[in-house]
Amino acid sequence: MVKNYTKEFLFSKGLDDYFTGINDAFRFTARFFKEVVKRPIHLREVINQSFEVGLKSLALISLTGFIVGIVFTKQSRPSLEEFGATSWLPSLIGIAIIKALGPLVTALICAGKVGSSIGAELGSMKVTEQIDAMEVSAINPFKYLVVTRVLATTITIPVLALYCSFVALYGSYLNVHAEETSSLISFYQNAFKTINFLDIITSVVKTVVYGFTIGIVGCYKGFNATQGTRGVGNAANQAVVLAMFLIFIEEVIIVQMTNWIRYF
Amino acid sequence: MTQHTVNRNESVISISGLYKSFGDLEVLKGIDLNLFKGENVAVLGKSGTGKSVLIKIIIGLLKPDKGEVLVLGSNVAELRSKELDQIRLRIGFSFQSSALYDSMNVYQNLAFPLTMNVKNLSKGKVDDAVMEVLDAVGLRDKLKQMPSDLSGGQRKRIGIARTLILKPEIMLYDEPTSGLDPLTSTEIIELINEVQQKYNTSSLIITHDLTCAKNTANRIAMLFEGKFLKIGKFDEVFDTDDDQLRGFYNYNFIQ
Ligand SMILES: Nc1ncnc2c1ncn2[C@@H]1O[C@H](COP(=O)(O)OP(=O)(O)O)[C@@H](O)[C@H]1O
Ligand SMILES: [Mg+2]
Repeated sequence: MVKNYTKEFLFSKGLDDYFTGINDAFRFTARFFKEVVKRPIHLREVINQSFEVGLKSLALISLTGFIVGIVFTKQSRPSLEEFGATSWLPSLIGIAIIKALGPLVTALICAGKVGSSIGAELGSMKVTEQIDAMEVSAINPFKYLVVTRVLATTITIPVLALYCSFVALYGSYLNVHAEETSSLISFYQNAFKTINFLDIITSVVKTVVYGFTIGIVGCYKGFNATQGTRGVGNAANQAVVLAMFLIFIEEVIIVQMTNWIRYF
Repeated sequence: MTQHTVNRNESVISISGLYKSFGDLEVLKGIDLNLFKGENVAVLGKSGTGKSVLIKIIIGLLKPDKGEVLVLGSNVAELRSKELDQIRLRIGFSFQSSALYDSMNVYQNLAFPLTMNVKNLSKGKVDDAVMEVLDAVGLRDKLKQMPSDLSGGQRKRIGIARTLILKPEIMLYDEPTSGLDPLTSTEIIELINEVQQKYNTSSLIITHDLTCAKNTANRIAMLFEGKFLKIGKFDEVFDTDDDQLRGFYNYNFIQ
């Protein structure tokens, strides 16, 4: 039955597969934008999924945010003490956390917890034909599974990042309060002193982009899981690796673009 | 067997000159088949001969390379997705693996296709429809169970119930008895016949189980190396000296 002839490749098998992969991923993303504007919107499912995202990552984000706040403050203090500038601690920490650490820590935690679980869930639905089952019941699985999950991560992860920043600042405040005694209000005032509107916008945009990335990558990997249980594991694993990789690239690009705008 | 009337003038599925390959692997090599209204046809064949591929083409999950597949008068390969959905609502597809949604309980599994396709149904209507199909498959007491708590035969039944809730005109069964013990298989065979009587369906039953084919089908079609070797009544098909057919028969009904 199997005919024995070699297939023609444009470059080589590896390179061809690589480019088809990128093409597929872009088509998948394009399909999201096409379908997201169409009815029906499965609002209930978006809300369910948002809760899933939040509940899955809340504990870890709280803990990590808190520790990051304390540790970062502790480690910055000696350098500032050398110049007798410990009063700058809150604004230094504010910049670090709101502009960089809060969004990044949240994104990485969610890539690990949420991205992998989306990849595994959709992957196992794919290999057990549950996605086909939706399709034959005239239900659009892309709308019901992908669009809802991507919307959920895109909405929820910015909120989680904001929460993470506040927890981290609170951790930092506890440390500052113990060493330099400042009130919570004046700590937060100082922390936000050098933060301007552009910084806030940038952080929001950043986290929206991270949230979208985590959702779409998880769904893409899950939807394209190949047969068998190993495929499910691979989908989960690759979802995390690819999402983290893209998040770092996006971080660099967005910071660079904000700097252009800032000095424009 | 069935006292159901077959209307030989009206085909609900009509396939001609169907070809399908995956890369270098030629799976279907010129398939012709008619399923008449009210009729049960069993498609028999070894594992890996493309039986699942054939019904996935019928429901539009796979695209044919060549040939025409008319389902309820429409060429499924050429329909736009809205039109394809309209056809799919009239077909029930029972998966080999049952494909129950494992994050949902039995009730949710059954209600899902209904609430997704029929807008603004009251909770009472949905409950009634769910109980009706649960009764039809005889599993009324499993309403709140998760799919993982069900046996293989029960999963098959729920899978069939999930398709019945949309009142299909055509049923496509992919290996309804595979992986089941003989007694459970017999129950599923009875269920297939009951469904045909009660819902007045025409069915295509994919199987390699001759007992199932013999007891459910009006005609059987032997798929061999991508083509139908023979189509006809059960006894006609196996009244032969052909080694392939004899081999198949002898294995299933060992004397
Ligand atoms: N989506 C697919 N992509 C590639 N090959 C496939 C696909 N689906 C089925 N095949 C191949 O087609 C052949 C027939 O498969 P199938 O129809 O599942 O057999 P069966 O008769 O046991 O149901 C197998 O060799 C299988 O590997
Ligand atoms: Mg099969």
